[in-house]
Amino acid sequence: MSAGNETVSAGQANAARYFIYAALIVLAVVYLLPLYVMLSTSLKSLDEIRGGDMLALPKAPSISAWVKAWGEACIGVSCVGIKGYFWNSIKMVIPAVLISTLLGALNGYVLTKWRFPGHKIIFGMMLFACFIPFQAVLIPMARLLGLMGLSNSTTGLVMVHVIYGLGFTTLFFRNYYEAFPDELVKAAMIDGAGFFRIFWRILLPTSGPIIVVTIIYQFTNIWNDFLFGVSFAGGEASPMTVALNNLVSSSTGVKEYNVDMAAAIFAALPTLFVYVVAGRYFVRGLMAGAVKG
Amino acid sequence: MSFLEIKDIRKKIGSNEILKGINIELEKGGFLVLVGPSGCGKSTLLNAIAGLLPPSSGDIVIDGQVVTDLHPSKRDIAMVFQSYALYPNMTVEENIAFALEMRGVEKAQREAEVKKVAKTLQIEHLLKRRPSQLSGGQRQRVAMGRALVRQPRVFLFDEPLSNLDAKLRVEVRAEIKALHQNTHATIVYVTHDQIEAMTLATKIVVLKEGQVQQVGTPAEIYNRPANLFVADFMGSPAMNMLKGKVSGGGIALFGNDGIKVAMPPSVTANLPDGKEVILGLRPEAITDSGLVDPKVVSVAQIEADVTMVEPTGSDTFVTGRIDGASFTARTRADLHVAPGQKFAFSFNLDKAVVFDPQTTQRID
Repeated sequence: MSAGNETVSAGQANAARYFIYAALIVLAVVYLLPLYVMLSTSLKSLDEIRGGDMLALPKAPSISAWVKAWGEACIGVSCVGIKGYFWNSIKMVIPAVLISTLLGALNGYVLTKWRFPGHKIIFGMMLFACFIPFQAVLIPMARLLGLMGLSNSTTGLVMVHVIYGLGFTTLFFRNYYEAFPDELVKAAMIDGAGFFRIFWRILLPTSGPIIVVTIIYQFTNIWNDFLFGVSFAGGEASPMTVALNNLVSSSTGVKEYNVDMAAAIFAALPTLFVYVVAGRYFVRGLMAGAVKG
Repeated sequence: MSFLEIKDIRKKIGSNEILKGINIELEKGGFLVLVGPSGCGKSTLLNAIAGLLPPSSGDIVIDGQVVTDLHPSKRDIAMVFQSYALYPNMTVEENIAFALEMRGVEKAQREAEVKKVAKTLQIEHLLKRRPSQLSGGQRQRVAMGRALVRQPRVFLFDEPLSNLDAKLRVEVRAEIKALHQNTHATIVYVTHDQIEAMTLATKIVVLKEGQVQQVGTPAEIYNRPANLFVADFMGSPAMNMLKGKVSGGGIALFGNDGIKVAMPPSVTANLPDGKEVILGLRPEAITDSGLVDPKVVSVAQIEADVTMVEPTGSDTFVTGRIDGASFTARTRADLHVAPGQKFAFSFNLDKAVVFDPQTTQRID
């Protein structure tokens, strides 16, 4: 093709590029604005907040609101800060994410490499679990937890999240292992490896991307969950999200916006951390499952 | 006594019968090649021997032991897969040692065995690499190493060369042949490539639609194919199939006013006049007169129109035509002949076989 046939000149291409970047920058600013307001408000004094101008930078930045949110703020009637609830959430999210991911991987392995009659129906039913609204399972789940003696406990909450997450984790791993060559499993069988050895030694070590995807997905969902937390774990056992709600909606005394904002940032930090550390694997992993040969 | 026996193996998947009663025997140290077009059931049969796909009925016997219901790992077999199936998360060394590790062999002994195999296959410098860092030929070697290190009773190869480029395929083919000669291993090898089958096998089984068409040495399969399918499938270019009629103890070729040739010596049966037959002649049995074997007994000189000349360097393939029927001849490379000319071809009838067009079977 000769240069004369080109329909887009270099100047036009540059203009288009500037326009795209300008649009992206505007959108990024819009998306980052709430985070900026939260951060700057949490660093201001109450007087300055009452003074107006939400977008102004703090005049005398102070972390006193952060200290108060962590250790002194009143959640309901007890004024001990959110730190206890933060650890509640950590104690809930880590076992729930690990157990649901591991079980999802096992399910995916069985559903692709050890197929049994009716495997499609089983998988279909597990998929179905993904689409049942949270609200629909509240009462049966509460009854079940009561019967098992796990009401109002972090252990009970872990169990609920594992059960509810299984549908998704199984879906992720099944689709990933679907593209995993059967010949590798056959070779391992001939080499003398059994069911669990093949899983531990061959499949799991090659599942890095999908493990990351599943962990991010599960971590975000479980950490951010409010409904299960408020329904099944009240009082001292509440997770972070419930405590944040209680802190913000406490109606005694002055409304301390800076403390509320600091607490909200504490609540968002772990998911932010997980995204920043593992985010690039997230996109890669989603792609890996999407296009299989 | 035969070392590997395949007894009346049948396999049904749904209502589809993939294997229709296969019977094969192989002596110890033999190299059995299962060859056939895709969908003929050769890979299914190999998987049945491996134990990866249980047959619907029939038995597999290795060294006198019925292994039909044994788990693949208990059969003392090793398999090389088409995709090599190397474990991507392990180094070459770990790949080769994996089977030994699973069998509880001590680490020091494992390392010694791996070293020995790596030396045989000349992959010592690759031991610390991962499969993704290897070329196709190197992966192929590692896959063989993984099978060799076990010293199994039977080696199974599932189209091991089909992922390699043409030049490498010839090299690795020669390596597999050398490996068999040096180790005297018992091998079952699946391929759709008839040249691989001819070069490697001590015994070839030609399969079609789940049935054995012919079992024999490469020479038997090539020179005396049992039916039209085998004759057409084995050999490249394919065997010439010339229609004719029995006439006065000979065969009249190329239509009614055609050319009469003597009955090939391979036929001993008395065929009635007028019976339709097909005369099968390999391209190398139709040559220019200069190439005719001086010991030949029955030869016919036939003049034909030359329609195409294909030089390959070592030989030249000439397509001749008489009365609408074409045939391919293999002539000397320095033969001067051009399309449109007439040329006298020598038909070596000592090498000819005759088929019955109705039953498609060879007539003896």
